[in-house]
Amino acid sequence: MTPAAPRPGPLRLVLGLTIAALAVPVLAGLWGTVTPALKPGALAALWDWPGLFPAARLSLVTGIGSTVVALAITLLILAGLRGTRAYAALIRLLSPLLSVPHAAAALGLAFLITPSGWIARALSPWATGWDTPPDLLLVNDPAGLALTFGLIAKEVPFLMLMALAALPQTDAARRITLAETLGYSRAMGFALTVLPALYRQLRLPVYAVLAYAMTTVDMAQILGPTLPPTLSVQITLWMTDPDLSGRPLAAAGALLQLALVIAALGFWRGAEVAARRTLRHLAEQGHRGAGLDRLAVALATLGAGTTTAALLAGLAGLALWSLAGLWPFPDILPEAYSLQTWTRAGPGVWQATAATAGLGLATALIALALVLGCLEAEQRFALRAGRTRLILWLPLLVPQIAFLPGLHALALATGTGGWAATLAAHLTFSLPYAFLSLAPAFRALDPRLAPLAASLGASPDRIFWTLRLPLLARPVLTAAAVAFAVSVGQYLPTLLMGGGRIETLTTEAVALSSGGNRRLIGAHALLQMALPALAFALATGLPALAFRRRRGMAP
Amino acid sequence: MQRRDFGRLVLASVLVPTFARQAKAADWDAVLAAAKGQTVWWHAWGGDPKINDFIAWVGTLAAERHGVTLEHVKLASTADAVAAVLAEQQAGKTTGGSVDLIWINGENFAAMKANGLLYGPFAESLPNWPLVDMSGKPALVTDFTLPTMGYESPWAMAQLVFEYDSARLPAPPADLAALRDWVLANPGRFTYPQPPDYLGVTFLKQVLYGTIADPERLQAPVDAASYAADTAGLWALLDQMHPALWRSAQAFPASEPAMGQLLADAEVDIAFAFNPGRASAEIAAGNLPDTIRTFTLAGGTIGNASFLAIPFNSSVKEGAQVITDLVLSPEVQARAQDPAVLGFQTVLNLAALTAQDRARFDALDLGAATLPPDRLGPALLEPHASWSVKLAEDWQARYGVAR
Repeated sequence: MTPAAPRPGPLRLVLGLTIAALAVPVLAGLWGTVTPALKPGALAALWDWPGLFPAARLSLVTGIGSTVVALAITLLILAGLRGTRAYAALIRLLSPLLSVPHAAAALGLAFLITPSGWIARALSPWATGWDTPPDLLLVNDPAGLALTFGLIAKEVPFLMLMALAALPQTDAARRITLAETLGYSRAMGFALTVLPALYRQLRLPVYAVLAYAMTTVDMAQILGPTLPPTLSVQITLWMTDPDLSGRPLAAAGALLQLALVIAALGFWRGAEVAARRTLRHLAEQGHRGAGLDRLAVALATLGAGTTTAALLAGLAGLALWSLAGLWPFPDILPEAYSLQTWTRAGPGVWQATAATAGLGLATALIALALVLGCLEAEQRFALRAGRTRLILWLPLLVPQIAFLPGLHALALATGTGGWAATLAAHLTFSLPYAFLSLAPAFRALDPRLAPLAASLGASPDRIFWTLRLPLLARPVLTAAAVAFAVSVGQYLPTLLMGGGRIETLTTEAVALSSGGNRRLIGAHALLQMALPALAFALATGLPALAFRRRRGMAP
Repeated sequence: MQRRDFGRLVLASVLVPTFARQAKAADWDAVLAAAKGQTVWWHAWGGDPKINDFIAWVGTLAAERHGVTLEHVKLASTADAVAAVLAEQQAGKTTGGSVDLIWINGENFAAMKANGLLYGPFAESLPNWPLVDMSGKPALVTDFTLPTMGYESPWAMAQLVFEYDSARLPAPPADLAALRDWVLANPGRFTYPQPPDYLGVTFLKQVLYGTIADPERLQAPVDAASYAADTAGLWALLDQMHPALWRSAQAFPASEPAMGQLLADAEVDIAFAFNPGRASAEIAAGNLPDTIRTFTLAGGTIGNASFLAIPFNSSVKEGAQVITDLVLSPEVQARAQDPAVLGFQTVLNLAALTAQDRARFDALDLGAATLPPDRLGPALLEPHASWSVKLAEDWQARYGVAR
């Protein structure tokens, strides 16, 4: 292969553009976050807040706990259920599950488990004797169990999607077959031969999940405890204080949040090392893990079944609410039905859908172009990933609410506003997700392929377009769908940067949902889900269609 | 605020328009001319479809009659719009602001006024202003004791009313002591939104009105010297009630709609709202059973008003004024008071209306769950805004971290 000379071509420009797209808003946002926190007294006031330790502990425990369980369920599904009918069904459900907006998932779950909720209604009064709901603290419990469960249910589909994109590069089927011929159980074979390669690619998405779980506001507001709430919710409360006096406190809280997420990532890294040692130890011991399979299947079925059922039933409950008239306790179905919620939503929907889809498509295309350019440059010029990776993380680590006012100020100061500024903000939040869903697969692509093609006379460009891109069709489309979905989900950036004049399905849904009205949330969750569900369906469906004759490309 | 100032303000608001009416008519024609063709972006909370429909209807009227296009920016929180205007001010954006009209009151008004974020005074020169009941509704003269001074124009009156299901609770408690006794006798059936939610803080202020020795103190800023004594009764009562609240006070509903849902789900027997017509409106919408009724407490409940204000950097201030004036018209006010639409109480002085306009209000069926005006009881003035801040802080320190 002719060593590619690092020419100052368009790829270099892409690299610079990507770094700018991430770094400029993030640094401006951080500046807006850090400066108020350095005001005298802000850190001291945060320290004096009696809820500080419980809130910080809550963020850590629910964040790490939900990530551990969600990752475990994902790996168990891959180890235990791959090839079964349940697995195929789960993959078909993945697109809708991924597209359920977080707030709707949380509210649907709350309606299931609350004492006046669907499960209690199904059993009342004939089995329980309840004519009025019992006074039980199931949602908003102080330990954050309801929140943890909600996070797990929402995270498993995301990790599954990431794993599906990564699997083709791990050569899973052949490795497991080989392990089985050596007498290992499937689960043990998966853990020893596939997991190390798979986890290398899953690591970044797992970090993103951990950061998200620790900083989420909408799910924690609905399912989490309130005395005190999680740190991220409290920061939002301070930020939206009407007399504006809570802002320094919010900024100080955001800094603490950042430190906590970094600490949690450090902890996670330590756990990874310990897990690797354990796995190696297991491999050296030669345990075949007989009997592990049955346990793995049982746990995977339980985990996948509970989370999927909870998400779907919650969504069904909200969908029914959107059609409900009066629906008192303990009726299991509404007393009356009405189309009012839907007819009200009608008029503005098409315009909002067009705005949402337009922004999402533009964001996804730009994000994809930048990410592909960066990764290709990394390959051709043998760059190290260190610097970019750090910048990439910032938008995910700094809580949105504390970061956006700084970004907004920058847009105002430079006179940019409207669609361009909104698109730029969407890009800042979508890029990291696009990057971390594509980079592992891109880097894991068999390194022998490119030199082989080059030795046959293919130019670097031809290698990229005709070899890399088709081989990576699945992760590339997945990354685009993720970027699209992230863009669709943006509320605050759209509101702030668009000055309230850009109405998307999400700005509409979040504003209408702020009253906690189940009927409205039901209708708008379904409207909001449609576009991302379509994107995810295309991302999983198109490669399956294109590669239907290529067994090596099967998920 | 001193009583004397209050009298002067009332006097001024009645007299000034009379003297200056003719000059104003010409001015208003100029405003109307400038407003034609303008697009006004009204930032208002979007969590209630009834309110959204109402704003859309106002928009149709504005377009038909004045050629003003009204766009409703639906907010999850009014603070988002306040923050946007503040950021624009800090960035030096003095024209072409993103917010043209904003629905505010109380702390948001105080914050915007203090930071110079509001345009005005404008309200007193609106043609419909003389119809506003400035002498009969003191909450219109001062917003949380801060004189409005024409920097915001009212559009709805609100008063705290309690809602209960008459099917489960035949005789509701008559005063604060009776409410406490009922809560203690019926554990788990009452709660309030968690402060700093505004309705939760309103509940604290309502209890404070019933327990403070001298309620006049609430019209002045918090006095550090007497604060502990002033609020001792409030905290003692809450300490007593909390173990008997819903979820033993280990969790609270987040907001007024969340508490309304608890009433609809029969999780609680008594809830409350800042709108005497909410229960009737929700029954009409099929969200509450038709056995819901309302009551107020002996001695009165807190009342306040909702206002419209225009940010300093709006480029369509004329169009925004046309909207605020339209909202003050008897036709729009009567529609807002209809429980099938909103159930909001009017800000107008019915005695000042023409017979024809008065008939619009007389024709309204207020709904079975709405108390007639003579049974609503006196409306207590909102305490000074510093009370809200201090009470919310103190509540947080006392109950914000579960033990």
